Amino acid sequence: MTVLASRTSTAPTRRKQALDVSFSQLGRSFGSAGNRQVVLRDITVDVRAGEILAILGTSGCGKSTLLRAAAGLDVPDTGTVLIDGIPVSGIDERCAVAFQEPRLLPWHTLQANVAIGLPKASSASAGKAKVLELLKLVGLDLFAKHRPREVSGGMAQRTSLARALARNPGVLLLDEPFGALDALTRIKMQDLLLEIHQSQPATVLLVTHDVDEALQLADRILVLGRNDDGPGSTIAELVPVPGQRPRDRNSAELGALRSSLLRMLGVTGH
Amino acid sequence: MTQMIGAAAVAEKPAAPSRPAGRRARARISAALIGLIFPAVLLVAWHISTETGYFSPAELQSPRAVATAAVELFNRGELLNHILISTQRVLIGFLAGAALGIVFGALLGLSRIADLLLTPTVGAIRAVPSLAWVPLLILWIGINEDSKVTLIMIGAFFPVFTTLYLGLRHVDRNLVEAARAFGLSGIRLLTTVQLPAVVPALFSGLRLALAQAWLFLVAAELIASSMGLGFLLIDSQNNGRVDRILLAIILLAVIGKTTDALLGLAERWAVRRWV
Repeated sequence: MTVLASRTSTAPTRRKQALDVSFSQLGRSFGSAGNRQVVLRDITVDVRAGEILAILGTSGCGKSTLLRAAAGLDVPDTGTVLIDGIPVSGIDERCAVAFQEPRLLPWHTLQANVAIGLPKASSASAGKAKVLELLKLVGLDLFAKHRPREVSGGMAQRTSLARALARNPGVLLLDEPFGALDALTRIKMQDLLLEIHQSQPATVLLVTHDVDEALQLADRILVLGRNDDGPGSTIAELVPVPGQRPRDRNSAELGALRSSLLRMLGVTGH
Repeated sequence: MTQMIGAAAVAEKPAAPSRPAGRRARARISAALIGLIFPAVLLVAWHISTETGYFSPAELQSPRAVATAAVELFNRGELLNHILISTQRVLIGFLAGAALGIVFGALLGLSRIADLLLTPTVGAIRAVPSLAWVPLLILWIGINEDSKVTLIMIGAFFPVFTTLYLGLRHVDRNLVEAARAFGLSGIRLLTTVQLPAVVPALFSGLRLALAQAWLFLVAAELIASSMGLGFLLIDSQNNGRVDRILLAIILLAVIGKTTDALLGLAERWAVRRWV
């Protein structure tokens, strides 16, 4: 909390605090009336402000749908998402998203792409300073004037992260942001994310299919899965991850949790 | 002849952006020179075939006779008039048709309601061969500038409309969603994401439209006119002046290629700016 307070004093008007997120009775199905496919049902969970929650699940289980509901990119059929006690309706200013692909505008420089994330109210000069600061944070200050196609996939993904941070989000929504990166770059990006989370505390919802990533980064892990109560995915498990970050990848405690998570995801024998 | 123009157009595709400017300019000049080899060979073959008497003057006149015809028409003050009036018709028709194509392409490509409501109708109108409008245009508008320009406008409209409409419908959904997630909507979304994304498609549509405009110009002038390159063609046919027919064809090729090259320059600028 003291860290947060000192940060606030250095940038008094711009630092928003991390916000609580709560899903209540959220449900979503797709398809036409005759052929309705329930994807999510009965999702109720409270995410604490500043927490990193990893959302794990097999592919197609509705992880991204859950995230999109929080971002206001998708409207759930039932239930609500509250951010800081206020329901999400439409695209939400308090959230910022980073997708699995960088999704940068190829005709803009990295700098201009990051600037797209700036909140509407920010002034031109303050905005520019903020963008340059963020590019420095993700180690791309020397590439500010490059186009996305002139940099590597990892650099593009860091730009995408910087664009999300430019929003000063209370809630950072990450949809498998490191999924398409090579193993080495992924580890560096994970470290970067933790660094960023420490300097700019936001509530982070991290969708991933990588159990180890969840174990390394998250405070709690939410596993989406099916059960016998009805169709579609719901919360199969919500477990806290023991230990302080950075965590020892080889600890026995994490090993046991890893095995049980993998079992829940349908992978046995590991 | 069309093949030759096509080859020249391919040769002047924009060079890789990373090359230094001096080398790029030199590469462009040598590409243009390579494109001139084939026309030069054609000219020589034409010259030889007429000088040796392989073709009679009634079939094919020599390049020199064509040049003489050009000088003669120019001195009488007719040649420049033909060229200017034809170019004017093409430019007005092309600009009006392209503007309408952009408006309708943007409307139907962006608005779901307009798309559902109007696309079948526009598709049906497009299915009408454009020359089928001629009798109606002559009856409604009369034999004058307006009917010719209107026909050219119809010809220029559809390539622009079609490429822009399809381009807008195929803008990367992921990019649009990402931009929406960061609060972009309406005009800002259009100018930030959708329009830049369709710049290449729009320009290929414009270049097709310009070619169509010249096509319809000749059609309009062949049917009813007293001036212009199309008129020069039909008039020379009636008088058996093969030299003037050849002159008109060469002028159409050269002017058509020149206007296309100018549009190509604009395209290169836009692509560098936006893509």
